[in-house]
Amino acid sequence: MALLSFERKYRVRGGTLIGGDLFDFWMGPFYVGFFGVTTLFFTLIGVGLIMYDAALGPTWNVWQINIAPPDLKYGLGFAPLKEGGFYQIITMCATGAFISWALREVEISRKLGIGYHVPIAFGFAILAYVTLVIFRPLMLGAWGHGFPYGILSHLDWVSNVGYQFLHFHYNPAHMIAVSLFFTTCFALALHGALILSSTNPGKGKVVKTAEHENTFFRDLVGYSIGPLGIHRLGMFLALGAVFFSAVCIIISGPFWTRGWPEWWSWWLHLPIWS
Amino acid sequence: MSWKMINQPVKTIGALLAAGVLLAGCEDPTNMETSQQGYRGTAMETVQNTEIEAIKAALNQVPEPLYPPESSTEGDMATDVYENVQVLGGLRAAEFDRLMAHITEWIAPDEGCAYCHNLDEGFADDSVYTKTVARKMLQMTLNINANWSDHVGNVGVTCYTCHRGQAVPENLWFEAVPEKALGVGYRAQQNRATEEVNFSSLPEDPFTPYLLDDKNIRVNSPTALPSGQAPEGGIKNTEYTYALMTHMSQSLGVNCTYCHNSRVFASWEESPPARATAWFGIRMVREANNDYMVPLTDVFPENRLGPTGDVGKVYCATCHAGVNKPLNGAPMLKDHPELWAGKDFNQSAMSADQIKALVDKAMAEAAVAHAKMKVTSGSAGE
Repeated sequence: MALLSFERKYRVRGGTLIGGDLFDFWMGPFYVGFFGVTTLFFTLIGVGLIMYDAALGPTWNVWQINIAPPDLKYGLGFAPLKEGGFYQIITMCATGAFISWALREVEISRKLGIGYHVPIAFGFAILAYVTLVIFRPLMLGAWGHGFPYGILSHLDWVSNVGYQFLHFHYNPAHMIAVSLFFTTCFALALHGALILSSTNPGKGKVVKTAEHENTFFRDLVGYSIGPLGIHRLGMFLALGAVFFSAVCIIISGPFWTRGWPEWWSWWLHLPIWS
Repeated sequence: MSWKMINQPVKTIGALLAAGVLLAGCEDPTNMETSQQGYRGTAMETVQNTEIEAIKAALNQVPEPLYPPESSTEGDMATDVYENVQVLGGLRAAEFDRLMAHITEWIAPDEGCAYCHNLDEGFADDSVYTKTVARKMLQMTLNINANWSDHVGNVGVTCYTCHRGQAVPENLWFEAVPEKALGVGYRAQQNRATEEVNFSSLPEDPFTPYLLDDKNIRVNSPTALPSGQAPEGGIKNTEYTYALMTHMSQSLGVNCTYCHNSRVFASWEESPPARATAWFGIRMVREANNDYMVPLTDVFPENRLGPTGDVGKVYCATCHAGVNKPLNGAPMLKDHPELWAGKDFNQSAMSADQIKALVDKAMAEAAVAHAKMKVTSGSAGE
């Protein structure tokens, strides 16, 4: 891949968090850095172990490969490799790789002198993952509470966890998370459509810019959030969705053991009508 | 007053209220105890709050027997001493007296013998309606202990399993009052947030179709995509089934994965064996309602009947009262041999072979019922 002439300008040394200029260089288009090396390290071991454990399993059908966590009886200790131990090491590798990737984003942000919005946003995705496989299992007292790694098997896990609480749609944090996910898609679709509409006015016509975009929404709903605001809103909606997803699973079990519909009895018992 | 001046206090109060509601809605995370029912990583597991379980255990204690069972096999028969003994004629008089003493203790401890007997006319007199009811209930208890070990195992049931010291068991159900579909305000017999359906919007009376009538409790389509094989009734029956299952779960203090792997509810192969016990329980409850409760409808005075004039009927909660084994699985019959027909009640846990036999029997009977349904509904075969 050729390096564009102006790209060299942004390839400055320094800004690393660790190791000085040890890995402070680029390979082709990619910045390496200390955390690029650790990302690669964790990824290779993790994926290698997934392949190895899959080879021990009954199938190579990509839908059915299942790397399952240990039985609950092992609690917060190590399980034998073939009985969930591989899962535990793979989980450590995945967590290590995800955090390394986020820190690599931090280093790149520092080199460019920009804010840390991207690593913070990615950090929410990491938070959701570690909530599922580390925080919640820690609170419930066994690593076996993590979800299995497999395309269909993790969906089966989700289904059963939902049915443990009878009706997961009554989980208040799940409600908020789902609403925010939908709203994120809605906002992104409106934003994408608006940008495309002003940049595609029709053959032979002049491309329009921000004021046309603002005016469209002022005419439509009386207010335009503006070119910077729409991206703040997008980030808020998306991170809120992920955050409340993490909340909705951490409260299911550690903070609530009964059916989720029953949680709402505080509403039924409000002194206003009861 | 400007908005800015009240903005801060409003925000503070709002935040405090929100935090209060959130914390009030929480259980103590240090109390949780988990158990596993399926293969690792399938989330076939139960999370229980030990504090709540301790309360439920305390609410489901068995009373000590008044005095030990009669050990002697000698003595007069009840029929020799009393007149009009229709059900318990096989007992000796001493056993009969002991059972009567316990029935009083279990059902009418305050009212005493006079709750069922007209003491002026003598014990043989049948003029008090509660005596007719009691006789039928004794037949029901004997029938369950003799013929429904598939559900009640070696523990069996006594009057106390349901009555708990009250003349009318606490957990009964009546048919829902029919509504006219008038548009505004029509609830379609749902959205009432009753305890039976865990305060959800599900139908309030799934019991009439499934625990009185024997409508099929299966509404999962056997295929992922529409194939014309969907069971009768569509999504509405799904909700009724779901409501019944929620009631079972509430009554037993367990969740759906106690009996099912939710990836395929219908599959017996992937279900924990507890499902077989529950399957026979549904049949047992149907029989109890149809053969014992409904025939008593005319015997009860009006104030004991439901809003549509139906008799109080049993469902899972009637015996289970929030725990998966009624009265925490206490083998009460051991102390009350008058209510069982000489079975071995010393063995309390089922062996692996017995569990497998139970599951196989449920599967076989379910398959027969399924085949019948296909014949009667004329739907395409699988």
